[in-house]
Amino acid sequence: MVVRPEAVPPSDVVLAHLKGKRTDVKGLLFQTALLLSLLLSLLFLVVLLVDIFLDAMAVFETRSLASFLEGSLSGFPDRAGVSQALYGSAMLMLFVVFVSFPLGVAAAVYLEEYASDTRFNRFITVNIRNLAGVPSIVYGLLGLSLFVGTLSAITGGPSLLAGGMTLAVLVLPIVIITASEALRAVPLSIREAGYGVGATKWEVIRSHVLPSAAPGILTGTILAISRAIGEAAPLLLVGAVGGLLGQAQGGFFSQLQDRFTALPIVIFEWTKEANSEFKALASAGIVVLMVIILISNAAAIILRNRYERKW
Amino acid sequence: MGAAVLSIIISALIVLSLVSEAFSFLTAIELSSLWSGLWSPRSGQFDLRVILSGTLLISLIAMLVAAPLGIGAAMYLSEYARPRVRRILKPIVEILAGIPSVVLGYFALLWISPELVQRLNPSAGIFNMLAAGIAVGVLVMPLVASVAEDALKSVPMALREASYGLGARKMSTTLRVVTPAAVSGIMAALILGLSRAIGETMVVAIAAGNSPLFSLNPFQGGQTMTGAMAQLAIGGDQVKGDVAAVQSLYFVGLLLFLMTLVLNVTSERFVRRVRQRY
Repeated sequence: MVVRPEAVPPSDVVLAHLKGKRTDVKGLLFQTALLLSLLLSLLFLVVLLVDIFLDAMAVFETRSLASFLEGSLSGFPDRAGVSQALYGSAMLMLFVVFVSFPLGVAAAVYLEEYASDTRFNRFITVNIRNLAGVPSIVYGLLGLSLFVGTLSAITGGPSLLAGGMTLAVLVLPIVIITASEALRAVPLSIREAGYGVGATKWEVIRSHVLPSAAPGILTGTILAISRAIGEAAPLLLVGAVGGLLGQAQGGFFSQLQDRFTALPIVIFEWTKEANSEFKALASAGIVVLMVIILISNAAAIILRNRYERKW
Repeated sequence: MGAAVLSIIISALIVLSLVSEAFSFLTAIELSSLWSGLWSPRSGQFDLRVILSGTLLISLIAMLVAAPLGIGAAMYLSEYARPRVRRILKPIVEILAGIPSVVLGYFALLWISPELVQRLNPSAGIFNMLAAGIAVGVLVMPLVASVAEDALKSVPMALREASYGLGARKMSTTLRVVTPAAVSGIMAALILGLSRAIGETMVVAIAAGNSPLFSLNPFQGGQTMTGAMAQLAIGGDQVKGDVAAVQSLYFVGLLLFLMTLVLNVTSERFVRRVRQRY
């Protein structure tokens, strides 16, 4: 510690008494300023929600919600709807659930439970953190060159399969990181108790560690899904359709190789239209998207609050 | 094990696909077109100054919004808010973090631009970089707030108590004891925010306009790296025949990837310094 030669100034409380001031005006102003920065964000959120909601209400004055939800993409704003976009987004989420979730949890279990602290494993961890920070549009480039280009024989070019795999790769690092954190929060004593009664490593993980970490892992996955459902940039690059799209035909597997669209893509296209009726439709689409996202986020928060345990 | 190695394969594939296409882009075009004063891939003009300046200007505006709001919110949540207040205020930040960027793009174009920017300067275009920057700032603010809050909260209670014991008030304690102790975490939050702002695509693609010209006027439209990439992707069908334009996508992507990678690694460094101290 460096010893400072100059005299130590009197502290706040001493100074205040010397000057005979009891109320801490500066401190109160500072606190208010801090609170204001939070309230400004809240204000912004409220204005955003109200503005978009009002725009959307104007649409539903002339047509029913059902016709908007059931309609397909169209050049006529009074007939256009989001059914294909909802279907596309739902299908894309299936990829996130069935590809990212198992792979992500497996990777997290390996990193937290099995991996020894070698240079290689540390490199993997750092690498995953960096992958989580890569801009989503760069994942779109990966999808474009890998899933649309190299693997086009399997994916059929700019298809649902290519888009779904791109999103799955995009959220994989997020799933791994949140699952790792959930696993790390399980105390060592739980594991040791398992070993103490003679369980093997895998038995301990399967019957004790994973169930204890399940709420955390699920919360992380839900948040990853709600991130993926609002993601548009990588889908643009992989070739999601924003204009007209034929009705889905054929069986499940041939649909996977068809071109696709998604809710955020449709919102983007409608926002860019010069026609103000389409802009209004975009706000209606946003309301649908926000309802989905808010429901899933609320589910995640409730899940976290209900099962959060202090060890 | 296999699943973890997959992450390395993914990063390798990203780097590989970016580098190979970017390299063939650089060999295919005349290098002088990277400095021609115009970003117009369709006519073979790839001036990097146009998109770099747009990206930097919008990120700067975004950080001017996100840094004070984010750090202020973090200080309030970590130092001032009582647990009950915190339980109400914290989810607000989390909801803000969950808003998709397309939604903020719509809001930037149809509310921030006409209601805020054009009131401020009536001659501003409807597509302008200021509106886009503000919206990106709002998008980045929750990230800055949550990382900075983690940093402030990891400062040991003993430091605060020692400060109170010396007769300091809450404000001096927050500003002169807690903040300096958490400064590397706060820096990490800002750098991470900047990296997110640089990589943000949909807001700028919707609200910043697609001017091919060099401009540092925030009231005008501009072009950013991500915006240019989105534009190339949408116009995909017309550009398809033009190999250089498609490859320029990968070149810009590589630049973007490197910029964010450097920022993320730097921020990781800063975070690690916080952890070592206590």
